[in-house]
Amino acid sequence: MPKPRINSGKPNPQLAKCPTGIHGLDEITLGGLPRGRTSLVCGATGCGKTLLAMEFLYRGATEFGEPGVFMSFEEREKDLAENFASLGFDLDSLIKRDKLFVDFVRIEPGEHQEVGAYDLEGLFVRLGAAVDAVGAKRVVLDTIEALFSGFKDEAMLRAELRRLFNWLKDRGLTAIVTGEKGEKLLTRNGLEEYVADCVIYLDHRTVEQVATRRLKVIKYRGSMHGTNEFPFLVTAEGISIFPMTSMGLTAGVSPRRLSSGIPGLDKMLAGKGYYQGSTILVSGSAGSGKTSFGAHLADSVCRAGRRALYLAFEESEPQLARNMKSIGLDLQKWLDKGLLKVVSNRASLCNLEMHLVLAHKAVKEFKPELVIIDPISTLSAHGDAYGAKEMLARLLESMKTSGITVLATDLTVMDENMESTEVGISSICDTWIRLSMERQGHERQRRITIVKSRGMAHDYATKELLMTGKGMAIGDIRGNGEGK
Amino acid sequence: MKTAKYNLVLYVAGATPRAVAALENLKSICEEHLKGEYTITVIDLVKNPKLAKGDQIVAIPTLVRKLPPPLKRMIGDLADREKVLVGLNLISTKQGVV
Repeated sequence: MPKPRINSGKPNPQLAKCPTGIHGLDEITLGGLPRGRTSLVCGATGCGKTLLAMEFLYRGATEFGEPGVFMSFEEREKDLAENFASLGFDLDSLIKRDKLFVDFVRIEPGEHQEVGAYDLEGLFVRLGAAVDAVGAKRVVLDTIEALFSGFKDEAMLRAELRRLFNWLKDRGLTAIVTGEKGEKLLTRNGLEEYVADCVIYLDHRTVEQVATRRLKVIKYRGSMHGTNEFPFLVTAEGISIFPMTSMGLTAGVSPRRLSSGIPGLDKMLAGKGYYQGSTILVSGSAGSGKTSFGAHLADSVCRAGRRALYLAFEESEPQLARNMKSIGLDLQKWLDKGLLKVVSNRASLCNLEMHLVLAHKAVKEFKPELVIIDPISTLSAHGDAYGAKEMLARLLESMKTSGITVLATDLTVMDENMESTEVGISSICDTWIRLSMERQGHERQRRITIVKSRGMAHDYATKELLMTGKGMAIGDIRGNGEGK
Repeated sequence: MKTAKYNLVLYVAGATPRAVAALENLKSICEEHLKGEYTITVIDLVKNPKLAKGDQIVAIPTLVRKLPPPLKRMIGDLADREKVLVGLNLISTKQGVV
């Protein structure tokens, strides 16, 4: 059969988008769902379809002034309201204010007899009345596949579905239909056949006892979109997707410099410190001073009245404050002033994807100028098999694009292993500082080397890193011999 | 008016040929088998969309037998006379019971 040639003749220079307001989704879709069209959200049971669809309406009503209709084929109005109340979505209040219309359409297989020809005009009437009642701009049908279990006349059903999608389009409604994952098809009954514009697939996998939810935009006609699988979380405020946006190298390169907080180190870095917005990697063995190193930079940034976010994976906030106090850094002061925020999560608490989502969320909310990730190695150790490193790199990249200075510490067990542990991220780092412990006579000394630092004539010499009661300092290597 | 033994509600959406046919078929069946024992209420959802919710109407036409209990639902233009009679419990199927 030849493909029907449809030429509406209407130019479509720019596809209008309908923002979902769902954290991360609008970034992936470069603006939202296709406006005035129907999108399909599919996946297995429990993957988050209903949540995504409802949040689309909730955000539409609360943030974009667009009322919505939720036609539910599975859950009753009361159950939906209760379920979403636990996520902080007050559906009842929206319903009372005519911002949301929820209609439960019960379809029980075998509860009626088919005695002659029929169609689904009743559904159209109900939907039309609901749309008119609140002046809806957004519609959700969750999940319309329930119709397939209720009616035997599949030819009629398919014709009616096609009519329904046209009906939605004719009214300029931006809609989400959900569909259950099928054996061979995306959805059990091939709904994708009717939805030409946008298809989003949700997945819920459990790997190594850690559950991960992922979202993928399978298709988005007429628009660019991220094609990767994006991990997402269901948080207290709804869905949160980690977009891993590869925004290209559009970040403005800053000529401004940022003091490392360690006077001698600034001198090594061509006398002025790091570049603002650069990515700094600090690697070293246990006890070589990585955390203190990061704390110095945080202190320096806070001193300038700017915000720093400390993602701590091994220490809690009180531990960090106490330990740094011992070398003369008063982080508590910055915590109290709200300039420093410590987000402490045990690395083993959840998987890497979740950590990244949490990190991304924290960055978005706190809007820091500096992010310290301490240590990055704990993260990469947990999810190597699943392209985790790439995601980590993307997180760093996305922060860099936003002009955020990032300092990541990396634990290296032995110097020989350095290449393998750092190869993934060192290439995107602008400055790489290596710390090590050396035996010098009867004592162990900390050493510091600037392996690289883009765009500046830095010091190539290995120096001694001193821990004093007033912070870290740089000194020339004592004793005989020239270091290594 | 005394309550009829058979209380039937026919849901339609506008005076479509199918709706007209369904009503004609229903009247004909009732006149033949339930003369004097039935009432038919026709609800046009185009005029009263809110009434679709109560009986969970999706398909059109839908016939709901409110009385006698149990509640029965049939969808279609009621052209299949035999099935309608079975649905209304007026005759039994050959293999079924009364």
